Amino acid sequence: MAQETATQEQVQEKKVKPLVPFLRIPDGWPDEPAYVFASRCKACGALFLGERYACGRCGSVEQFDEVRVSDEGEIYVFTVIHQSFPGIETPYVAAIIDFPEGVSVRANVYGLDPNHPDRSWFGKKVRMRVEKIRVDREGNDVVAPKYYVVE
Amino acid sequence: MRDVAVVGVSMVKFGRYNDKDVVRLASEAAVEAMRDAGIDIKDVQVLVSGNLYQANGMVGQRIVKEIGATGMPVINVANACATGSTAFREAYLAVASGAYDIALAVGSEQMGKMGLLGGGGGGDPAYNPEGIMGTNLMPGVFAMTGVEHMRKYGTTIEQFAKVAVKNHKHSTLNPYAQYQIETPLEMVLNARMIAWPNTLYMCCPTGDGAAAAVIMSAEKARQYTSKPIWVAASVLTSDPWTERNPTMWDVNTLTKMAAKQAYEQAGIGPEDLSMVELHDCFATAELVHYENLMLCGEGEAGEFIDKGMPYHPNMGGKIPVNVSGGLLSKGHPLGATGVANIVEIVWHLREQAGDRQVPGAKVGLAHVIGLGSACTIHILKR
Ligand SMILES: [Zn+2]
Repeated sequence: MAQETATQEQVQEKKVKPLVPFLRIPDGWPDEPAYVFASRCKACGALFLGERYACGRCGSVEQFDEVRVSDEGEIYVFTVIHQSFPGIETPYVAAIIDFPEGVSVRANVYGLDPNHPDRSWFGKKVRMRVEKIRVDREGNDVVAPKYYVVE
Repeated sequence: MRDVAVVGVSMVKFGRYNDKDVVRLASEAAVEAMRDAGIDIKDVQVLVSGNLYQANGMVGQRIVKEIGATGMPVINVANACATGSTAFREAYLAVASGAYDIALAVGSEQMGKMGLLGGGGGGDPAYNPEGIMGTNLMPGVFAMTGVEHMRKYGTTIEQFAKVAVKNHKHSTLNPYAQYQIETPLEMVLNARMIAWPNTLYMCCPTGDGAAAAVIMSAEKARQYTSKPIWVAASVLTSDPWTERNPTMWDVNTLTKMAAKQAYEQAGIGPEDLSMVELHDCFATAELVHYENLMLCGEGEAGEFIDKGMPYHPNMGGKIPVNVSGGLLSKGHPLGATGVANIVEIVWHLREQAGDRQVPGAKVGLAHVIGLGSACTIHILKR
């Protein structure tokens, strides 16, 4: 392959890594869509974000079906954070988003005015876009599910 | 289980202590509680220490090295904000089980300036989910607990704010409160927003502090006091599986479970309570616990505060909640909090609560929630 000398870092392929373990990024991303996945207990039907060893509801072990979670959900509840860790821009709208499969995700919601929180935000539809948000210490792209209000 | 009484209590006022370390604060509380009980360290058969920020720091052993290393068994407990009340409960169980006759529970914390944001762990900050994957900060978590109540029952921002108005008003009567400032409704509503709908005065201050309690078997208690305060119920629950937990922390279900168990254990109902000290880390939290502790019906908490029901009886209240000023005014040094609210109830049941005394207090309930989650409820009676 390459004739010129390459440093270790250049040889080591830069990876795309999820911010949260329940985001699955296929090798073909971004052409192939990334998605949130959950595990459904075969014994009791309880649904958990990401992978599970055992069921926190009924205790059954290693008996799960993977479920692909919809990109579209709706706001269950929210808050607006005005004071956060140093370096995190405020204010931001933080919400619990319910999905039709029966699972919820904790995430920011974009497209709402954080200075005017309102009861009308309950039940508002949001849609996920998977975006690169940062680069980690090793130079890998960190990507996250981001939820935008559906107009 | 045997009957168990609280015989000695004390509390180091919560605040900032730059000149004292946590062991010193805990030691002062322990020594004062023993003095109050009329015992010394040689009488203590087991010590349970609650401390969160130094959970791996053997705080309990450091306390006995300071106040008397007799070789007694020492247990260190960490259970989030329920750390102190869990330490009290372990000391209670040690005596109730018959294993020991005299136990000392000490809760302590030194939080410095970190407050509830705490020390972020190591790891690559590029993977910090806060501010992208919503919030897991305490003000936000407990704000959403209130917003859920808002969604279900139409609760208003003013109703949440009234909780803060009440507790800050109560604090003016309590010399042990970290802040003794009255905050009228407009002042609460117009204060700096922390996590909507909780403004600055709707969030508890953090700090340093300690509290301690001496616990004895009935037989021993009668040797030391004519006014034993009985532990009528001691309950600890963790959060069971619920639909959105832990994506959305659920502080309701485990509190309801604990309340039901505690009332059964004590053989009383909420209508029998003279006073309640509950976990008002944020104003939104206090409001939902009116229902969780069955002080009012489901969905009625907004009306309950509107009518002034949880005010001190001298201020027109019927079921006084947090006459100490609550965490909102008294402060919340995590490991000390759960012991301190038991101390407050003991003072009232002994008619030693000064200006804030609930007249004729006979039965009190102390409730604490540690997120993650742990809930303790203790019912004390004279
Ligand atoms: Zn299951």
